[in-house]
Amino acid sequence: MSETATNAPDVGERIVHKTFPPISRHTLALYCGASGDHNPIHVDIDFAKAAGFPDVFSHGMLVMAYLGQALTDAVAPDRIRSFSTRFAAITQLGARLTCEGRVTELFEDKGEKRARLALTTKDDSGEIKLAGEAIIAL
Amino acid sequence: MVDQSAVGRNFTPVVARVEPGRLRYFLNTLGERNPVYRDEAAAHAAGYSAIPVPPTYLFCLELMDNERPFEFLTDLNIDLARVLHGEQRFTYHAPVVVGDTLTFKSCVTDVADKKGGAMTMVVVETEVTNQHGVRVADTARTIVVRNQGAS
Repeated sequence: MSETATNAPDVGERIVHKTFPPISRHTLALYCGASGDHNPIHVDIDFAKAAGFPDVFSHGMLVMAYLGQALTDAVAPDRIRSFSTRFAAITQLGARLTCEGRVTELFEDKGEKRARLALTTKDDSGEIKLAGEAIIAL
Repeated sequence: MVDQSAVGRNFTPVVARVEPGRLRYFLNTLGERNPVYRDEAAAHAAGYSAIPVPPTYLFCLELMDNERPFEFLTDLNIDLARVLHGEQRFTYHAPVVVGDTLTFKSCVTDVADKKGGAMTMVVVETEVTNQHGVRVADTARTIVVRNQGAS
């Protein structure tokens, strides 16, 4: 699946990069069912307003799923040792997300050559929505 | 308001089956076209015994097959309208593929007040094992509770 086993990336190299279509209300409704996360704050505008938000907003895990998709476009799923994110800001309706990952460190753990990737997801204004990290086997 | 007494609290284990139809719905929702997740032959060629799940899907499985998906919020007396997802971590030990039956065991491992009590961060860690007793993953979520009336 992945060619990274023979061609180790360099520190600083951007190996993950993908953009996604704008997040619509329809996407949020589908993701609600697809993920089992039925928190109404993502689909019910009345609930969202009562909770103090101007509108519904994206599930953080939908945004992380997009980042995961960008990651496994570049790295075979079974090479990913860990994947974590901090949800830095709410992702609003209509956001066009760009996911990126750069190599920050090459190291060895348990006899395996690995790389640490710094991951980000930004919207079209450049605001960071997710800041994360993955450890991958090379 | 959730406090330190919640640390160490365990929740009812969740048993979830990795079903192909539900997985396909998830892939379609995300516009995920990677053949490894959609084509059995591509999955075999990549070394899997069956189609694997995407990196964040463990989180969904735990919610979908949970009799009480918001058990920890209700048990800790946290209002669903006041929670935000702060952080999420997955550590993978072995592949998870279609047909697997997973058991999720969750425990509260940390509770910390932030910003003078305006927010409380609750960490829930989960061990995931498959039908063969293999520990396939560990996950951790940090939930941010926006506290009412806090300064």
